[in-house]
Amino acid sequence: MDLILDGILKAFYLLITLDPEVLGITRLSLQVSGTATLISLFIGISIGTMVALTEFAGRRLVVSLINTGMGLPPVVVGLFVTIFLWRNGPLGFLEILYTPTAMIIAQAVIASPIVMGITLAAIQALPKNLRLQILSLGATRAQMVWILVKEAKLPLLAGVMAGFGGVISEVGASIMVGGNIKGYSRVLTTATVMETSRGNFDIAIALSIILLLLAYFINLVLTHIQQRERPR
Amino acid sequence: MTVPAPLLAVRELRVQRGGFLVLDISSLTVEEGTILSLIGPNGAGKTTLLQTLACLIKPHGGELSFKGQKVTSDHGLLQYRRKLAMVFQEPLLFDTTVFQNVASGLKIRGMDHSEIENRVKQNLERFGIPHLLDRSARKISGGEAQRVALARAMAIQPEILFLDEPFASLDPPTRESLMEDLEKILRQTNTTTIFATHDRMEALRLSDRIAVMNQGRILQIGPPEEVMNQPGDEFIASFVGVETILTGRAVRKGQGTFMASIDGREVEAVGEVEIGEPVVFCIRPENVTLDVPPRRGATSARNVFPATITRIVPLGLYYKVHLDCGFPLVAYVTGHSLENLSLHEGQLVSASFKATAIHVIRKTLKP
Repeated sequence: MDLILDGILKAFYLLITLDPEVLGITRLSLQVSGTATLISLFIGISIGTMVALTEFAGRRLVVSLINTGMGLPPVVVGLFVTIFLWRNGPLGFLEILYTPTAMIIAQAVIASPIVMGITLAAIQALPKNLRLQILSLGATRAQMVWILVKEAKLPLLAGVMAGFGGVISEVGASIMVGGNIKGYSRVLTTATVMETSRGNFDIAIALSIILLLLAYFINLVLTHIQQRERPR
Repeated sequence: MTVPAPLLAVRELRVQRGGFLVLDISSLTVEEGTILSLIGPNGAGKTTLLQTLACLIKPHGGELSFKGQKVTSDHGLLQYRRKLAMVFQEPLLFDTTVFQNVASGLKIRGMDHSEIENRVKQNLERFGIPHLLDRSARKISGGEAQRVALARAMAIQPEILFLDEPFASLDPPTRESLMEDLEKILRQTNTTTIFATHDRMEALRLSDRIAVMNQGRILQIGPPEEVMNQPGDEFIASFVGVETILTGRAVRKGQGTFMASIDGREVEAVGEVEIGEPVVFCIRPENVTLDVPPRRGATSARNVFPATITRIVPLGLYYKVHLDCGFPLVAYVTGHSLENLSLHEGQLVSASFKATAIHVIRKTLKP
């Protein structure tokens, strides 16, 4: 029990004294996952909306692929991003393997289908006639899409949270394509894995508490959105 | 000199769904400033027709022209859509304030802010909801929401307005007051309107012309009295009912009753109306009684008219007797009475109905 208690005490000490290494790791985590989420918003919302609003052959297959993609295993993403960025790989010339950029790419690949799937569901859940109503108000197609996205903003916000929550807590891909290099590509999850394997439970617990707080904050926002009055 | 083109005209309009023809309109024209009602049972194609006329559904065949100009999916579609407005059964308001909702069509058109504000306020005023301006559209009642939806449509100042059962999900008192306001606004603004409903009383009240639809086709189109009194076939007759519909004008007021002149005859009915106001009388055939020989002099609150039997139609248990009293009238008699009175076509009888048996529809004066 001493182990745990000591660990927690040390963890709070590190947090309260704003340990530079812990802070740096947290900052990089937020930077990498934040950027990846932002990229996934562009990809996810545009493709999700397009699939929701167009009829085409094989649409069902695409929808099922997107839904499967929402549960993409990070290790699998890590593997393929590594292969692509490998020195002899198709994108090897970029020389970005084991950099934060590679981590952003991998996390964007993980988050995009999540945002896409939620966007698809959100746009489809809008009243059937809403599109016709918007067009009858004189909207161009672009204006219609923009108004629809605005109408679906609450579930889309949930998509943002889910995407961010998915990548900030992900470890497999980050360690594979980032390499967990100290002070360069080390993030909360990869650091926790490493410190735990070394027996540095205090630092590991401190990092975990930060992760938990982030997770709690995300869920707080999500719950708040869910509990708002349902649209008619 | 050519005749000016009608505001909206379609020819050979066809829409298919799942391999079936769901809309088949050989020709339809709508003149500027008139109100056309589409009536018919659910699934008759009213909504499909409205949405096709508004170019929200692409037809599989046929052509549509607006003010004589052809509108197709790659020519003039957006310009046409910016001249129309549509209100659905559901209010379909956006998740924002009432102001922003009413402003939405104007913002889409890139109108400048002060003009938007004027138009929004004017239309909220018109529909009696200026106090809702800053409220969230999610937090108002169903009747208020439909008023906002109508204000949003009218703010555009559409050249043609499509209404798809806009009152169907409202309770009767709410519906009544909204219909009254809408009628006034449509007449004041002289807005060309096409209005789908399954309620023939709504249609009768609002429209200049009624089109009866079934299975994707227009079965009959004409002025309300014509469609109601001379239904083209059995389906139309059963849908519009076989009531006698008479139009006239109030000429004298009594104690809770009034006299209206109909085709030169005076008919007494119950209600409060203004002298000179146009009224529509609906008389159900079962409320009309026939007497032979013709009686003289009326009993209280009873309308008695000498009438000639023009036609007798057997309807199973009943006979439908068409009468000419100077205005057309329809009565039901049993087979027993028919024999007892030995009724036959061309016979002179007296027809009577109580003032209370008349359903009075007040038609708002056209400006």
